[in-house]
Amino acid sequence: MANPSDFLATPDTLGNFGPYGGRFVSETLMAALDELEEMYERLSKDPAFQEEFDKDLAHYVGRPSPLYHAERWSKKIGGAQIYLKREDLNHTGAHKVNNTIGQALLAKYSGKSRVIAETGAGQHGVASATVAARLGLKCEVYMGAEDVQRQALNVYRMKLLGATVHPVTSGTKTLKDAMNDALRDWVTNVDDTFYIIGTVAGPHPYPKLVRDFQCIIGREARQQCLDQVGRLPDALVACVGGGSNAIGLFHPMLSDESIKMYGVEAGGHGIETGEHAAPLCAGKPGVLHGNRTYLMEDEAGQIIGTHSVSAGLDYPGVGPEHSWLKDCGRVNYVAANDQEALDAFRELTLVEGIMPALESSHALAYAGKLAKEMSKDDVIVVNLSGRGDKDIHTVAQIDGIGID
Amino acid sequence: MSRIQACFAELKAANKTALIPFVTAGDPHPQHTVDIMHTLANAGADIIELGIPFSDPMADGPTIQLADERALEHGVTIHDAIAMVKSFRETNTQTPVVLMGYLNPIEVVGYEAFAQEAKEAGVDGVLTVDMPPEAAGDLNAALESAGMDPIFLIAPTTTEARIKTIVSAAKGYLYYVSLKGITGAGHLDTDDVSAKLETIRKTTDLPIAVGFGIKDPETAGLVAKLAEGVVVGSALVNIVAENQDQPAQIIEKLTEMVGSLRQGIDN
Repeated sequence: MANPSDFLATPDTLGNFGPYGGRFVSETLMAALDELEEMYERLSKDPAFQEEFDKDLAHYVGRPSPLYHAERWSKKIGGAQIYLKREDLNHTGAHKVNNTIGQALLAKYSGKSRVIAETGAGQHGVASATVAARLGLKCEVYMGAEDVQRQALNVYRMKLLGATVHPVTSGTKTLKDAMNDALRDWVTNVDDTFYIIGTVAGPHPYPKLVRDFQCIIGREARQQCLDQVGRLPDALVACVGGGSNAIGLFHPMLSDESIKMYGVEAGGHGIETGEHAAPLCAGKPGVLHGNRTYLMEDEAGQIIGTHSVSAGLDYPGVGPEHSWLKDCGRVNYVAANDQEALDAFRELTLVEGIMPALESSHALAYAGKLAKEMSKDDVIVVNLSGRGDKDIHTVAQIDGIGID
Repeated sequence: MSRIQACFAELKAANKTALIPFVTAGDPHPQHTVDIMHTLANAGADIIELGIPFSDPMADGPTIQLADERALEHGVTIHDAIAMVKSFRETNTQTPVVLMGYLNPIEVVGYEAFAQEAKEAGVDGVLTVDMPPEAAGDLNAALESAGMDPIFLIAPTTTEARIKTIVSAAKGYLYYVSLKGITGAGHLDTDDVSAKLETIRKTTDLPIAVGFGIKDPETAGLVAKLAEGVVVGSALVNIVAENQDQPAQIIEKLTEMVGSLRQGIDN
């Protein structure tokens, strides 16, 4: 295992997290990425920029988000005490907005008049459309045609917010194809367009800057745990699609060596069936969407279709920092399958009156199992990364109930 | 002297510009690709760019993306694409062939194994769209030690500092992307292209081929006055797509199109 301080220093100046990350894009985008990197390096050290970011997080997003002791659920499980980091209570209903606030500020400082985004579950699309509306920027969102179907509510939300949603019909019609089309748009309109990437993947400097914007989650959770419990948590659990909510929770505590960390991937129908979205559990390193990372690919290097009940986790890659943390052994990457996530969705709703997003339900499912193996004095912090309203349709359909 | 260098030297002596058509390996069906390559060469192509199909071709427009999907439906792999070149070489030892594709399928094979396999089949150059020169050290070393040319893209957005980095990594020729966009997009502006080529020529003597947005003999003719090579891809792949169920038609129409591009360039 590498020295903990290495984790904090990553990435290097070329965007490498160990052997992962980097900037693998066509030449047309290299200048724009250089420009973004230079601007971000400058602004991230600029107190005025930080002050504006913090102010927006406080008064627009509603931070800090609470750390809630799920006492009744913990008691029912009969193991460790589970605390929920309530990112679902953020404006727009998920952690995604922390990042879009930051990137929209970058767009504003860059003077670009148009923003684009890719989205899976629609949470990042909604968060992008929201900040674009507030800053008067034109916003276009790329979304897989399959996801447009299963997340109709979020599609309509984006339209109400003034954004144009482009259904993407190529490839597998999900998040990866939406990202391809967003990159194609950016190549074409690179002069006036800022690309708001929604997760800690993509070419350098995106994995770093998205992480930095999301680290507010872990910084708050660490302090809240110290204040409320009087000590650091024993374990952190977060779901991992691209991995932005997980890195946001984990990164500020990586050097707290006593804290065990668990990233929960989408096990879909079960890892053994091959129908899942768990590259860290069952994939291997390769290059996609501008970075080197663990991928789901076939023996010929073609990216393969993924499956998850949650659109937000339905992605064949993962942020490069997670690949590095996996190889270093600092974070344990595990999977929860569709059924386990659905069970956790129902249980938290019934026992705590909190309806989690299906993405976050994967983290809850694993946290429930983990809690059973731990003592009543142990503390687990789970990132409740989003609320489940957007998933009611999906769950109703599984129950055979039409709610149109 | 590599086959690519020899080709450009010969064209220069004859005061001609290279016509470089692009097609995707295995589109519309793997059994047609070698015939298509011969057709291109016989109709006047100087160099052939053969696309290795990839599931996520981020720099390509819908035309080439669909070509990749058609090829992948038939399970075409990077090994199949290389085997097509080998088969082409049985009767054509003169026309340089450049493989063009994305990094991930190459990484799966491994740089050295890929370079060896490609060289043995008679491949002359490799253009990896999403491999920037800064990260290309190991791949270039493998290609060059096998005797192949690493080809790189230069874009309208490429700064002068980056042009220096790119030309120091590139061999064979440079591929100038004539517009900000994906393959098959819009129309290029010859004034812009001319100005950028002048900038590039300050740092290198490598031949420059221009591609993206060249759809007809007229545009090909205009670009030919500025550059050492003209790349035409989507316009040809469209012909393949429109006639995918009639292989004889593909051959006939490609012959016609490449012939008229040749005329456009030579006149």
